[in-house]
Order: sequence, then C-alpha cells, then structure tokens
Amino acid sequence: MSATTRHAMFVLRGNPVTALAATGMTLVVLVAVFSPWLAPYDPIASDVAHALQPPSAEHWAGTDQLGRDILSRILVATRLDLSIAVSAVGLSFVIGALVGGFCGYRGGRLDRWVGRIVDVLMAFPLFVLAMALVAAMGNRVENIVIATAIINLPFYTRFARAEVNVRRDAGWVEAARACGEGHLSVVLRFLLPNVLPAMAVQISLNLGWAILNAAGLSFIGLGVQASTPEWGIMVAEGARFITTGKWWLVGFPGLALMLTVLCFNLLGDGLRDILDPRMRT
Amino acid sequence: MTALLEVDDLKVRFSTRNGMVDALHGVSFSIGAGETLGIVGESGSGKSVTSLAIMRLLDRAGRIASGRVTFRGRDITRIGAGELRGLRGAAMSMIFQNPRAALNPIRTVEDQIADVLRAHRKISVAEAKAQGLELLRAVRIREAEKRRYAYPGELSGGMCQRVMIAMAIACEPALLIADEPTTGLDVTTQKIVMDLLSGITAERDMAMILITHDLGLAARYCGQIAVMERGLVVERGATEALFQSARHPYTRRLIAASPTRHSRLEDLAYGAPRPVVAAPQRPAGTGLLLDLRNVVKTFAGGVKAVDDVSFSIPPGGALGLVGESGSGKTTLSRMICRLIDIDAGDIIFLGESISLVPAGEFHQSPRRRDIQIVFQDPNDSLNPRFTAFDSIAHPLRRLEGLRNGGVLDDRVKEAASRAGLPADLLERFPHQLSGGQKARVGIARAIAPRPKLLVLDEPTAALDVSIQAVILQLLDRLRRENDIALLFVSHDLNVVRMLCDDIVVLRQGRVVEAGPARAVFEHPRDDYTRALLDAIPHFEPGAAPRELRAAAVPAYDVQGFK
Repeated sequence: MSATTRHAMFVLRGNPVTALAATGMTLVVLVAVFSPWLAPYDPIASDVAHALQPPSAEHWAGTDQLGRDILSRILVATRLDLSIAVSAVGLSFVIGALVGGFCGYRGGRLDRWVGRIVDVLMAFPLFVLAMALVAAMGNRVENIVIATAIINLPFYTRFARAEVNVRRDAGWVEAARACGEGHLSVVLRFLLPNVLPAMAVQISLNLGWAILNAAGLSFIGLGVQASTPEWGIMVAEGARFITTGKWWLVGFPGLALMLTVLCFNLLGDGLRDILDPRMRT
Repeated sequence: MTALLEVDDLKVRFSTRNGMVDALHGVSFSIGAGETLGIVGESGSGKSVTSLAIMRLLDRAGRIASGRVTFRGRDITRIGAGELRGLRGAAMSMIFQNPRAALNPIRTVEDQIADVLRAHRKISVAEAKAQGLELLRAVRIREAEKRRYAYPGELSGGMCQRVMIAMAIACEPALLIADEPTTGLDVTTQKIVMDLLSGITAERDMAMILITHDLGLAARYCGQIAVMERGLVVERGATEALFQSARHPYTRRLIAASPTRHSRLEDLAYGAPRPVVAAPQRPAGTGLLLDLRNVVKTFAGGVKAVDDVSFSIPPGGALGLVGESGSGKTTLSRMICRLIDIDAGDIIFLGESISLVPAGEFHQSPRRRDIQIVFQDPNDSLNPRFTAFDSIAHPLRRLEGLRNGGVLDDRVKEAASRAGLPADLLERFPHQLSGGQKARVGIARAIAPRPKLLVLDEPTAALDVSIQAVILQLLDRLRRENDIALLFVSHDLNVVRMLCDDIVVLRQGRVVEAGPARAVFEHPRDDYTRALLDAIPHFEPGAAPRELRAAAVPAYDVQGFK
C-alpha cells in the first residue's frame, strides 16, 4: 500500500463524516456509470395508463404525469448532472488556477488588469449572468457547462492568485530557481501543486454548487430539453403537482440532488487533509 | 528575605494528538525583588512554557500538572480568574517575542498604553493618555508627542518593542518577563532595546526575567542565570560563577557553542576537536572566481538598495557580507545568484560576465550549477511537497539531467552525507524534520551539483547555537575539502569572522568597510563597523559581565519612523 493510500485510510478512519461522504460519492459515481443497466424502466418511455402513481412495489419512486418511472429517471439523470458539474468545475479550475497562478506570481500590470476583469465578473449576480449566457448561446449542454464555468472562474482565479502570491517569495521558490527552474515551471510544477490542497476544498464545494446551478437553469427552462432526464427539470415539472399532494414527483429528484450536493460539500475538508503532505505525521 | 517569585517543582503537561506530553518536568527557581534572572536554553527546552505558566497564559492544551508558583506569598496556580486579571499587567507583565505581532495594528500607540492603565487603575481617558505620554518619553521615544498617534505599522521593529516596554512598565509591575525581546531585531537595535530595558528595570527596582537563547545577551544583562534543557533547569547560579565554572555538561556544551570575541571555529564543538583539513594550495596568480564591479540595484520609488558595490572572491575563498536589515545584503546575494537582475555594473564569474543573461533565463545558463545558494530560514526553503531526497535530487535532475536510478541515488546520498544528513531521513517530508535537519537538506541541495560558489544567506540565523556551531564547522569543512568558495551573508560579525577570510560591511546599500576579516574585526576603521562590533553581546569568562546593569538609560533613539 502506498504512503498516500495509507494516509487516506488514516484520514478516513479518524473522520467518519468524510468516510460517509466518500462512500456516498463513490455510490453516486457508480450510479452515473452504470445507470442504463440499473434503471428498472426506460426513463423516457411514457405509459399514460400508469401516470402519477405514488411509490409502490413496482415503481419505488412512483411515476410522473406521463407515467415514466421516476426512479429510472433519477438514476439516468445522475450521469448528465454529474458530467455537467465535473466538466464545468474542471474547466474553471484549470483556467482559474493558471490565470490566477501566473497573475499572483508576476504581479504588476497583468495582475491588476486581470483583477479588475474578475471584479467586473463578480459584480454581476452570478445566476443571472449564467441565465443570460445560456439564453444568448442557446440552451445546449455545452453552453450550460460554459456558463457554469464562467461564473465559477472568478473564485478560482482569486483563490489561486492569493495563494500563489503569498508563496512566491518563499525560500523554496527561489531555491527551485537556483536549481535551474524557469519562471514557467516554478508556477506550474512548484507553486500550483502547493496550492492544490487548499483548492480541493473549493472544488468539492463548487461541484455541489455547479450541480445546483445546472438544475436551477433547467428549472427555469434554460437547461436541457424537457424530455431529457435531469434532476432540475424533474423538480420543475413536478412542482406543478405538489399542490395536489403528488409529492414524489418533486421529492425524490430533490432528495437525490440534495444528497449529492451534501456529499460533495462534506468531502471537501477531508480531501484537503488527504492531499496535504503536511498532515501526514 | 523572601523571594518575589518562587517557582517550585513546576510541571506542565500538554495534551496532543499523540497523547500527553510533559513540557516541564519540575522546574524550580526563584527571583528576588529588583533582581535579574536569565533563562537560557535552546528551542524546545521549555523556557517559553515556563514564562507562560508563570503568567498563567498557557493555551487550552497546556495544564499546570503540579508544583507551585508563589508570587508575593500567593500561589498563582490556585487563584481565581479575577485576581489573576488584577495581577497580570499590574504586578507582573510580559514583553513578547515579536513586538509587531503583539501590538494591535489598528489602534494607535497611545490608545493601547491607555488601555493597560485603565484596566488596572480608575483614571480618566485623558489622565491615562497623559501618563502614556510620560511612558513613551521614559522609553526614550523621540518626539513622543507626535508618535503617540502612530499605528504600530508606522514604527520600526525597535520602536514597536519600546512601545511594548512602555505598556509592560505602565503599571509599575514588580516583575517583568521578557521572552526573547530582541529576536528579529538588528544587533544595534538589540543593544538599544536591551540597554533601555535594563536601565528602566534598575531605575524602578523591577525584577526581570529575560528569556533568551543567546548566552551572550543573558550574560551581559542578567545577574543570575538558569540553564534549561528539555523541561528541566539543569544548572543555575550567579552569572560570573556559572560561566567560569559550569558544572553541567549541557551548560558547558552551550557555552562552547556560543561564539565569543576570540573563539575559533574548532572551539565551538564541545569535546574532541576535529582535525582541520588544510585548504588546497593553489598557484599564485590564478584568476578571480567572482568579481563584482560597481553593481547597482534601484527599486521602484528610486530607493537604491545596492549602490555601487564592488568586491571579489578568489576560487575557494570565503567572504563575509555583513550588514543590518535594509543594508542591501539580501538583494546583493540574490543578484549574485542571478535570481534578480542588476541595474548597472557587472558581475564577472570566472572571467566572463554573467550579468548579461537576464535573471529569467539564467536557469538555462551553464553557470547555473556553479552558483548555488543556501537560504536563511530552513523552515521556508524546502518545498513542502518534496521529500528530502527529492529536494536534494532536484538540482541534479534539472541541471545535470540525471534520471532516477543508481547514479542519482549515489549523488544524493553523497551530498547528504557531506552535509551530515543521515540517509534514513531522506524519505521524510520537511515537516517531519527538525530545524537543523532541514538546514542540512538545504545545504545538501546546494552542494549536490558541485558548485564553485556557495552563497549562504544567514544560514544559521534560525538555528540554535549548538546546531549553528555544527553547521559552521560543516561549511568550513566543505569549503576546504571540496574547494567551494563561500559568500557568507550575515548580520553576525562573530560568526563571519570565524568562517571568512575577508569581510565587506554594507550600510544602506554602500560598502563602508572592506578588508581581511582579522583586520576589520580588530581595528575597525569605520564608526558603523565599530558600532556593529560593540553591539554584539559577548560573554567573556573572567570579565565582569554586569557592568551595564548600572549604566544609565541610553540616550534618545537615532532611528526614526520606518
């Protein structure tokens, strides 16, 4: 067993909440991968004869207004929601870390300009900005990803900038240069990896937030096509029926959403402990 | 006569992640009214914990397990929070290590002194401020009427420490505890602050406990000394007697490791002297290794950090660059290492100019491996994500293109053993190493690519004296055995004198004096050099160390606002 795995096991043992969140996360990822085989019914096949049925032995989570099995739709939707969140956060993390990292290291005019642009971006209500972007670009999955990435970008840029900035004069950075590293590799191979543990927390929190954001966009009709299984749309469509006591249309997709986001958030702190070599004793 | 403060078999215990740890194993000492006691010891000896325990300022993890601290007949370990508050600041007060951090940055000096006064006396704000002004005058702050409105950030480190002293003596305490009050200050500032402190306590008949790692400082300013090691007072007694005839081996080792005016490098280690390897003889007339010609560096705002500096080092030579903070010695060392560019002048290395290559591209130069640097703070100079092995292997991988394998392993192990780092520590991360071990990793990294010039930026400033002694001897041996030239940047003239052939004294970016180490040390020509030399606290076995205790409070400061 490698030192990293051993350390990860140690952190998880001492921290049952993280272990729980990690288990939950693994489960969500497994569902996302195997959902087509796990789903008991076809998630888009309608069966009007059995519409709006409460949870039963046949349909564990009930059926919606078109008689589609809600459980199957939730399971299948996992993959889409997760990939939107992961690619959006991944995109903003990579761009934000690079831009912020170089700004923090170089300082000067570049830093000031990027800083102001980021400030402008942050001055918008972020969800409204995402709405505008998707509305302008057309509501396709790629555009949801791009819009979510753009509104997350300021946080990563600022974070990476600040963290790199406090470390750029550290002895070990100068030492790396004396060992023959150029500025570029100092940032990429020395500063950014040291910032990563702190950013992992941000990534984890942001994943949950990105899922909510994607679901929110779908909820107001700016997400994926209505027939596509997606948690946000399911909640949006189901909301009409909640007044008539058909709670399962909203309840189960909402629960899936909530539990997934919760797992991401709880995982954050544990992740930092695992990634930071200083936590190893 | 009963003692003012009596510490009797004090045990302090900390609860940590790995169970309970005893920090103090039964410390006993006492101090009478108006006396001065120096508590000396190296890091981890428990001297700070002792002072915190006396003030009952231990953090939540720490607990006084047993023992008594009797202050004016009352056992402090048993009194309630209210009585304790009345005692702290009024009857006993404390001066902390880092004055910048101990002062509240967003309140004026005057307000902070008034706070202390008003916490213990029923006086109006105006009265408190008037008294605060008197105190600022008492600690010899020039133009106190103006500076009382200053924020800590507007004052220099020495001035901040004076404000701290003013706050500590505000309520005329009977006991003053100064915990490393001059760490981080320049030697000349240290002297000013310590003279002030000792003058004030003598004038007002206060007792003082001075906690320090610097034997010279304790010897110069204290009448009694207690030596601590690993949570125990191993020896205590009157200063003269202690230094003349130390009985405990640890005390003797500590005394041996502390450089004095006359000590040589071989004297520093307690025990058998190691054989000195003679420096290799080289034919006369060989060229210079490093030649600086009229180097200038101007920072934004027109401040000349380095102004027309020239000096040279022969191959295998050792030059000491001495100066206080702000003298430009760090900037200069970075320029020689080609980490930053020079604005004018030239740096010649082995006959060719290396200042033509921009600092941003110097890593591709074949000269990169010839000039290596050891950084000041070992805690800060290693990548937290690199093991010791990776740190030492880094220059070999980058500068010599070595791949993982036997050759790289051998070279890393060789460098580590030269630097005195045991091979079994190579797999550790920096946070798993002690300060001295980290310093060795830093040295091993620098010597791994077999450089011709090693720049040492205060490599021992953050280390205990005993480790400093070992590191200094190591550097000297490296120089002689491997023919590496040393550029030793330091504020400590004593250390420089032992290690270096030549000395260059810098002040505000200019060379004020240069010459052979012995000559500069024994017959300084410049006043500034003389002031630097005078400021070093020495202890001379046999000499009367307490002469300064009775000295008058020093004159007004010369340094102004930051």
